[in-house]
Amino acid sequence: MRQPTISLLSGSLFGGGLAISGMMDPKRVRGFLDIFGAWDPTLAFVMGGAILVMAVAWLWQRRLSKPVFAAEFSLPATQLIDRKLIGGAILFGVGWGLAGLCPGPAIGALIIEPVYAALFIGCMLVGMALHRLAKL
Amino acid sequence: MSLPGFPDAMPLEGFVGGLLIGLAAAIMLLGSGRIAGISGIAARAFGLAKSDQPVPIAWFFLIGLLIGALLIDTFVAPIQSTFPSSPALLIAGGLIVGFGTRMGSGCTSGHGVCGLSRLSPRSLFATATFIASGMVTVAITNMFGWTW
Repeated sequence: MRQPTISLLSGSLFGGGLAISGMMDPKRVRGFLDIFGAWDPTLAFVMGGAILVMAVAWLWQRRLSKPVFAAEFSLPATQLIDRKLIGGAILFGVGWGLAGLCPGPAIGALIIEPVYAALFIGCMLVGMALHRLAKL
Repeated sequence: MSLPGFPDAMPLEGFVGGLLIGLAAAIMLLGSGRIAGISGIAARAFGLAKSDQPVPIAWFFLIGLLIGALLIDTFVAPIQSTFPSSPALLIAGGLIVGFGTRMGSGCTSGHGVCGLSRLSPRSLFATATFIASGMVTVAITNMFGWTW
């Protein structure tokens, strides 16, 4: 019963944070990437706030032998910087710049722009499925 | 609050929202022992990723995300949002974001928030790369007038 609660709570705070910070506005996110135009630095403040809290959480995590409500930590162990990572990050940046949307804000934006957000999410899921089929 | 020289920026709202996002990721890490990486969670929810995370748990996170946004929109301030006017940008962007985040094992939340704060070289590299490629993309689309 605790795992669903953690997930629901974490998701709600995440969605609330994205909403308050203006990150559900593709125009604003695009503005952060528009360094040669009317640059909007808001996204840097969002990242700063989030990283500040998470840095403390990582320090705390080192002192725990297991998570508070789960049997063990399930964290990415790979340290590899390979072609997949680089290629994937380049592609993600291209899509992010084209639409001004990444997965979190797109999902949250379903409550304000249901049709456009659903179109983006639907295509995102198709892209994910294509990657799975390509077995990259 | 505004930032001198950047009339559209919302530094305070951004920072406060960022703190909430950090808290969300911290609760996921310390409570469930997992990374709050939304591309991975979304893929898991739709059966597009292998993971030991149960599918319903991924759905709880996504439903929470909608609830959080709805609460802010209803009780704090209506969410301001301007979407691209061209569906083509949303279609192309969506396809490429979906493929790229799976190939690169993460997006702004997993690599950007969780990975950078862990000082993961892999995430640092990924984040620098997708921000740079996003900036190049926006610069090129500006030249073609694909803006909104």
